[in-house]
Amino acid sequence: MKQGAVDFFLSRFNITLEEIGRLLGVALSKGGDFADLYFEYRINNSINLEEQLVKSATKSISQGVGVRVNSGDKTGYAYTDEISFDSIKHAALTAAYISQAQKEVGPVSVSRHSNKHNLYSVEESVSDLPVARKIELVREADSLARSFDKRIREVQSSFHDEYKVVMIANSEGLLVGDIQPLTRFNVACIADEDGNLQMGRAGGGGRSGIELFLKEVTSQSLAEEAARQAIINLEAVDAPAGMMAVVLGSGWPGILLHEAVGHGLEADFNRKQTSAFANLIGQRVASELCTVVDDGTIPGRRGSLNIDDEGNGTTQTVLIEKGILRGYINDRLNAQLLGVDKTGNGRRESYQHMPMPRMTNTFMLAGPESPEDIIKSVKRGLYAVQFGGGQVDITSGKFVFTTSEAYLIEDGKITAPVRNATLIGNGPDALTKVTAVGNDLALDKGIGLCGKDGQSVPVGVGMPTIKISEMTVGGTN
Amino acid sequence: MKHTKELAVSIVEAAMKKGATAAEVIIYESNEFSAGVRLGQVETLKDSANQDLGLRVIWEGRQATVSTSDFTKDAIAQLVDDAVELARATSVDDRLSLPEQSEFARDWPELDLYDRESANLSTDKKLALALEAEEAARSFDQRIVNFDGSSFDSVSGGTILANSLGFVGFYQGTHCSVSTVPIAQEDGKMQRDYWFDTKRKVKDLENATSIGRKAAERTIRRLGAKKIKTQQVPVVFDPVTATSLLSNIFQAVSGDSIIRKSSFLLGKLEEVIASQNLTVVDDGRIPGAVGSRPFDGEGLPTRRNVVIEKGRFKTYLLNSYTARKLGMKSTGNAVRGISSAPSVGSTNLYVEPGSFSPEEIIRSVKNGFYLTDLIGFGVNIVTGDYSRGASGIWIENGELTYPVEEVTIAGNLKDMLKAIEMVGSDLEFRARSASPTIKIGSMTVSGE
Repeated sequence: MKQGAVDFFLSRFNITLEEIGRLLGVALSKGGDFADLYFEYRINNSINLEEQLVKSATKSISQGVGVRVNSGDKTGYAYTDEISFDSIKHAALTAAYISQAQKEVGPVSVSRHSNKHNLYSVEESVSDLPVARKIELVREADSLARSFDKRIREVQSSFHDEYKVVMIANSEGLLVGDIQPLTRFNVACIADEDGNLQMGRAGGGGRSGIELFLKEVTSQSLAEEAARQAIINLEAVDAPAGMMAVVLGSGWPGILLHEAVGHGLEADFNRKQTSAFANLIGQRVASELCTVVDDGTIPGRRGSLNIDDEGNGTTQTVLIEKGILRGYINDRLNAQLLGVDKTGNGRRESYQHMPMPRMTNTFMLAGPESPEDIIKSVKRGLYAVQFGGGQVDITSGKFVFTTSEAYLIEDGKITAPVRNATLIGNGPDALTKVTAVGNDLALDKGIGLCGKDGQSVPVGVGMPTIKISEMTVGGTN
Repeated sequence: MKHTKELAVSIVEAAMKKGATAAEVIIYESNEFSAGVRLGQVETLKDSANQDLGLRVIWEGRQATVSTSDFTKDAIAQLVDDAVELARATSVDDRLSLPEQSEFARDWPELDLYDRESANLSTDKKLALALEAEEAARSFDQRIVNFDGSSFDSVSGGTILANSLGFVGFYQGTHCSVSTVPIAQEDGKMQRDYWFDTKRKVKDLENATSIGRKAAERTIRRLGAKKIKTQQVPVVFDPVTATSLLSNIFQAVSGDSIIRKSSFLLGKLEEVIASQNLTVVDDGRIPGAVGSRPFDGEGLPTRRNVVIEKGRFKTYLLNSYTARKLGMKSTGNAVRGISSAPSVGSTNLYVEPGSFSPEEIIRSVKNGFYLTDLIGFGVNIVTGDYSRGASGIWIENGELTYPVEEVTIAGNLKDMLKAIEMVGSDLEFRARSASPTIKIGSMTVSGE
């Protein structure tokens, strides 16, 4: 059996449980009421293919320890990229200064805890594979995209994999570890027809081994998807402007939930009363067709984790149940200050960052309707199936997300593809206008990266086909 | 600096000994500090030292880039082995090489990038600045009821770059910034906005009270915002939103986009692509400016590049790889990430100020939109299609009237650049990029 995460750190950096306990004692020596140590060792590999050349291969190794001290609602944080007792002690003393008291704190006694989940379905670790295997995949995607249509002129394909080992120890005695794999395969195509250039993109991945890319997220499926999108966009007409019915396809369009409600339901914003959703627990924020969950426990998904970055097991949290707001996305500090249960959503980008409440996989449960019937029910509107990024102002509740593949709906039929357009809405009431939910729930293919306060973490989204009775579409026509 | 130029040179030599055709090492060290305050109390304090080492090797026309934060002897030896091995797996790219010997920066002027006072500022002083900004915003108006936070952030860092053609360079720099994000409430609705400043020296920062007041003013004026009818109108971009437009222009003129045929400005060099009111400059040698640096990410001297001159597209911004691909010369815009090959980046990128005050620009609009905030990523640099979430203030008969939100503005950058009717005189650097107020003749505002 492979060495576990905790043993990896203890043996590689020659550090003992007793020393970890002493370091936590140092962190609390100025009167803090909670402290944790986040050990991280991470290898990132990437391969990039452009112009049919493997133009670059990269490998980066990053390691360090972040020390956090909480005192009431205050947080002190310091990190070191040298994993040694003395360096961590220095960081612990720095972080300790968030509290100004003096107190005698002995060493903390930490003991190993096991993880509740075993979610990463890795048959063959990608990070251990020879580079040549990954190059084969990106090359395949390149040639398949080019052979899709002769108007495909440029193809970029890249493969990224991460091998991250973490260990978390805290002043409550917890000591846990996790080995977190993450993979992502991207293909982008440019189609050129008499100088009309259009782009198409596709990608996928997860906490998986190479087998995912041989069965589900194959180079063929990504190449065809990216090429198809670029070719379709050659025909795109100006997008409409104004309020209209919008039908969102299943899968990645679930970014709607991430922006419209997800961020606004993160507990830090609600504890501080800075979110448009503050004080709305128990109230209607969506139509009764909508049940939205955040679930970090789905095997193999990009947003899933055995433990969050505070060492707590991830969970499934019901955010909205049949339209009623039920709960927030919590980390340790905010759950404690709000007097509610942790939800296992304390996440951070790396040891250089303090944890905060973040989404994992956020999706809406399936409804009864067929996607075809939903489209048929719209006289004039927009059918959007692929999106680029989105953003939200959690205080005013205004959110946007931008289509990368969308069509007009005229008299219940999908007609012309339209140019990229941003859709804008108001979080607390956008989902009250959901008038149909499809039976085709799908999760995205594993491409989401969520930014908050300068920290990026991988996330997933999902949704069945839904109809929103009216929403502002930001076209020009 | 904990690490030295000699270390960088020794790693270059080690890579050459392992068979590399060319090698380049970057070492980056920094001390980062961040203090967050909220409602008169310290909320977060973060203080840390950081080090990173990046190695790029070229082996017979093939390239790999590796990096580590572990500076132990064994880790560095492993890094060198990994780099050479990885390079063997990539493709031969005949445009790949270090810059020409003659191109490297040899000497450079003192650019005043490092400030001892800013690097050594006490925690109390830093907290005091963040608290002062917050208090100024809070006392500005009683409708300021809450804060998303206020902060003081600073970085003091050093960069060493060395390569196998004998270039060795080193510079240090400091940055600091103060920002505050007030929340205003009226009739049960909340709005937030922000204001900030970033400078190399703490003494050059806009005073914290003034930052707080501007943040409060920007927040208060959003209260009571409403949606408006869909229409085509002139749009006046305030300096914040105009700067985001400038970043879209940067992406389109960057060699990285051009060689990938991913720019709506592809092939338009020397053509008129914007109104004659628009001049865009990237200048890496402005003394004391946040985006200045003596040499770029490949060791070439930075310089002043006029990208768009009175509407005419004068130059792409290039590093040596993109330049070679296009049969041109580097413009000194290479940016070397620790773990990636050099890409193209801007230095101090700005729109040359025009002659109009912002008030004159607003007065010129009978019915239009004064834009103060943009959200989302709805800009397609390949096609120029532009569609973003917007908020601001409606202009009627040359006067700012009521706030507007939950609308989008849309157009195509090709048309928008040509429709720049007025450029303000109000250029102020608060970060690496800056623009004065800009008026675009007509865009679609989509609302009800």
